[in-house]
Amino acid sequence: MSTVKMVEAPEGLEGSGFFATSLDKVIGLARSHSLWPLPFATSCCGIEFMATMGSHYDISRFGSERPSFSPRQADLLMVMGTIAKKMGPVVKQVYLQMAEPRWVIAVGACASSGGIFDTYSVLQGIDRIIPVDVYVPGCPPRPEQILDGLMQIREIAKNEPLRRRNSPEYKALLESYKIL
Amino acid sequence: MTDQELIIPTTANEALALNQPIVEDHEYTTLNLGPTHPATHGIFQNILQMDGDRIVSGEQTVGYIHRAFEKIAERRPFYQITTLTDRMNYCSSPINNFGWHLTVEKLLGINVPKRAQYIRVIMMELARISDHLICNSILGVDTGAYSGFLYVMQEREKIYEIYEEMCGARLTTNMGRFGGMERDLSPTAIAKIRDLVNNSLPRIMGEFEKMFNRNRIFMDRTVNVGGITGKRAMEYGFTGPNLRAAGIDYDVRVMEPYSSYEDFDFEIPVGHNGDTYDRFMVRNGEIHESMKIVRQALENLPEGPYYANEDHYYLPPKREVYRNMEALIYHFKIVMGEIDAPAGEVYQAVEGGNGEVGFYLVSDGGRAPFRLHFRRPSFIYYQAYPEMCKGLTISDAVAIMSSLNVIAGELDA
Amino acid sequence: MVSNQEVVEDIVAHFGEKLFNLEEPYGLLTVTTQRENILEVISYLNDHEKFRFTFLTDITGIHIPDNKGAEFGVIYHMHSWENNVRIRIKVFLSENDINIPSMTGIFAGANWMERETFDFYGIIFTGHPNLKRILNIDEMDYFPMRKEYPLEDATREDKIDALFGR
Repeated sequence: MSTVKMVEAPEGLEGSGFFATSLDKVIGLARSHSLWPLPFATSCCGIEFMATMGSHYDISRFGSERPSFSPRQADLLMVMGTIAKKMGPVVKQVYLQMAEPRWVIAVGACASSGGIFDTYSVLQGIDRIIPVDVYVPGCPPRPEQILDGLMQIREIAKNEPLRRRNSPEYKALLESYKIL
Repeated sequence: MTDQELIIPTTANEALALNQPIVEDHEYTTLNLGPTHPATHGIFQNILQMDGDRIVSGEQTVGYIHRAFEKIAERRPFYQITTLTDRMNYCSSPINNFGWHLTVEKLLGINVPKRAQYIRVIMMELARISDHLICNSILGVDTGAYSGFLYVMQEREKIYEIYEEMCGARLTTNMGRFGGMERDLSPTAIAKIRDLVNNSLPRIMGEFEKMFNRNRIFMDRTVNVGGITGKRAMEYGFTGPNLRAAGIDYDVRVMEPYSSYEDFDFEIPVGHNGDTYDRFMVRNGEIHESMKIVRQALENLPEGPYYANEDHYYLPPKREVYRNMEALIYHFKIVMGEIDAPAGEVYQAVEGGNGEVGFYLVSDGGRAPFRLHFRRPSFIYYQAYPEMCKGLTISDAVAIMSSLNVIAGELDA
Repeated sequence: MVSNQEVVEDIVAHFGEKLFNLEEPYGLLTVTTQRENILEVISYLNDHEKFRFTFLTDITGIHIPDNKGAEFGVIYHMHSWENNVRIRIKVFLSENDINIPSMTGIFAGANWMERETFDFYGIIFTGHPNLKRILNIDEMDYFPMRKEYPLEDATREDKIDALFGR
């Protein structure tokens, strides 16, 4: 008896020799179990991500075995740490280089809102330049919180309709960030 | 290409030996490394001039996480600045915290009880261990040995558990107060520290050192790579392990002992060539020395109060605030920043994970500093980086950067 | 081991009137000098056979708007490792004529410290090989650490006066 656990199949019609479900669900299932994160670690939260990635908390248990340092092959942009105004264009460029579907987590108070650094040089939240899916609070968040953020992204990836990225709402969202 | 014969070096040693002069009208390639290059964990940009695969010169751009600490510090009451110092060198935040507390205590003339000083020493040395563990294991990752990182991260988690026991936070600790500590060492914390410095960390360090110290691949990648002479390092303002690797035994803990460092018996590990391997070895040596200090401090931990009897500055314990009128008043006054500090000018240095962390405080007698400048060791020694990379390859440059342990938060303030 | 007293006696004998405001706040010897003499003072201390202040710990700036005629200050911390003694040297500059010789010729490490001071206060270090902004974006058109400029991010609208007192 193998100890490998299988995920449960999505809802569908089952009969002898066939199983029918919608494409959305199958692809969502596959995506949610192999999200390749792009760790964009700038400061303190990056050190907590190191712990999340390390042997103790082990992010690879959730299908993120491979941190993709190239934006082209990444599904999930994890922005961890303060983003200064000097860094803003770089974050945006990394986001633009990622292929659809792409999700974004803002890890920590600085990435979410600027945190305690309400100063002339700090961008007050990365949602001023790119759309964000999940915000993880904390200064810095504990690794469990970062993992919880990842679980939220998995939920989103699982339940996202395939045609969402073509919808007018999504295009309007990108347009509001001047991303075409 | 010119007709001058170019010898292509195969190892770093050969490249160093070559030391060819830069040829005019020779075409160099410009290579942009960073700010989000995967190999430079952290956001540093280097624009390198390459001749083939050798680095001829480079220029760094910094400031990608400039957060204006010094400007914020001018607007915050003294005790709120502790939160800024955490986020400067976030690999060893207790050292920065206590450095700032020592600065303010010097200004206010507070005498910290011996027990608090010893607890601070324990926490600072644990912080130094965690800082060096990260630096050395990441150097391992950059030279192709990922497993070393996985080994030592467990130990760092144990240090974080001790921090949690002391203050509840893992990374941005705030366990000190002006005049002492927020709480005493609990029996759990003592047991955890004992276990760490007597059992688990020496064992893991033994394995870690066995894996790296005489490893052929690791030595080929690091010996004679990115060397700097002691004199040059001094001109560049190096301090800390990077300076000691170059053979100069300057250590603030010994030179100007603070927080009872004079009570402990420890050595300063020193290198010879100031190369990547020496920096690695000096840091490993310091981990052992830090464990020695922690053991001594635990052994000789004095009895007595863990905070000074300074009602005006020491934030009263929470349970007192709820029950005692006076404590409530002082809590309110301190938290609202209503207590003025005397006017004066203080410079206090502590030995941080990367070198001399200095706090230059000018107080005009108000609730906030008039000017607070942080001497950040990474910022000062990172300027030597292009010089250290000259004649080497990109992969060496990456190893040099991680062995310098440039912390972005400290670099950019 | 050299005491502050010995250093004072020596530098006063050598420089005389060029150094003034000799103080010792919290045990750290502090002297003030003029812009014209700073290069001379620092190289004298650096080359001194006995004291050997061969390490430049720090360069930083300060802005004191009320100090008319000398609004800006540049502060040098030097350290003699052999004798374990520190010295702090201050130079004050007027707002209208804000420049001072660069130390990069003596200490290679002064390069970025001076660039940082320029970035924060706009103090011009004459003779600096590459004096441009280091931490802030190049497009920035003011010097943020000067007292008249606000700390907060001006582009932020969600923090309103009623709640945050801005």
